[in-house]
Amino acid sequence: MSRARFLIPLAIFAVMVVFLGVGLTLDPREVPSPLINKPAPPFELQQLHNPARTFSQKDMLGKVWMLNVWASWCVACREEHHTILEFARSGAVPVFGLNYKDERADGIAWLERLGNPYQLSAYDRDGRIGIDYGVYGVPETYIIDKAGVIRYKRIGAVTPEIVRDKILPLVKELNGNA
Amino acid sequence: MRKLLVVLLGLVLAVPVLAKEAAPAADDPVLEKRAMALAEELRCLVCQNQSIADSHAELAIDLKNQIREKMKAGMGEKQIVDYMVARYGDFVLYRPPVKATTLPLWLGPFVVLVAALAGLFYYLRRRRTAAVEQPLSEAEQARMQALLTSPEEGQ
Repeated sequence: MSRARFLIPLAIFAVMVVFLGVGLTLDPREVPSPLINKPAPPFELQQLHNPARTFSQKDMLGKVWMLNVWASWCVACREEHHTILEFARSGAVPVFGLNYKDERADGIAWLERLGNPYQLSAYDRDGRIGIDYGVYGVPETYIIDKAGVIRYKRIGAVTPEIVRDKILPLVKELNGNA
Repeated sequence: MRKLLVVLLGLVLAVPVLAKEAAPAADDPVLEKRAMALAEELRCLVCQNQSIADSHAELAIDLKNQIREKMKAGMGEKQIVDYMVARYGDFVLYRPPVKATTLPLWLGPFVVLVAALAGLFYYLRRRRTAAVEQPLSEAEQARMQALLTSPEEGQ
């Protein structure tokens, strides 16, 4: 027993290493969304470029599409912008924007400067629709299926790897099955 | 300036006289108290170690306003919590619900406590039995006698 005693700190150390090691691989910012496999929350918002016209999630029924929440003040949106542009250019699915808590002029200027990947952007000035979509850190990206159900949500910047490994296979599956 | 107002919000709770200075606060102090009590229970997702009552993040302020609005509309605490959970998941709750996935969280401390008590019990019992006098065997008795008597003989 006394010979084994010196192993106790080692054992405690090993257990801690395992726990901390697992902890390092987890991202506390990535909160599992309860919205997956739920109908996309309804909205009807002014379009960013044309306040006279509106955009609603209902307009997209029957199509697989991407909803990307962005803002001109959001740094990570800039980081993912190129990827979103590329993805939109690939034509895999139509990409729509939700301009979140932004000034209309700022949002429009941002798109002019950096390129506009969106068919159109809905304008969520006060962030109310963002709350319905569980947005807490822009950018967030949703893939919504033909029945209007959210199938995928990405919190934070979309990377080319995510497009390749997650979004494209899912989009292919959603488009193939119906 | 806006931040300052938000800081004042906390003071407003204690000093209702200041209520008119904090724009987002509800005019009804009872409702405001209820709203803030509920806000204490909800995690701010932007700054995850704060409740939305403590947080000055914009989203937390929006959510506090949502709570006030919904309370004014007559919604109960339970309904508002459900509203938040439907959008942000169980993660917004500082008291996670008891379900299969959270059982280790709820029961874990008790398991550790029981294990620690069992360990302590085992250790104490072993120590007690170890301390009990063991009667000497005949051979040992003889040896003891020999040891006790031999020095005198040697002198």
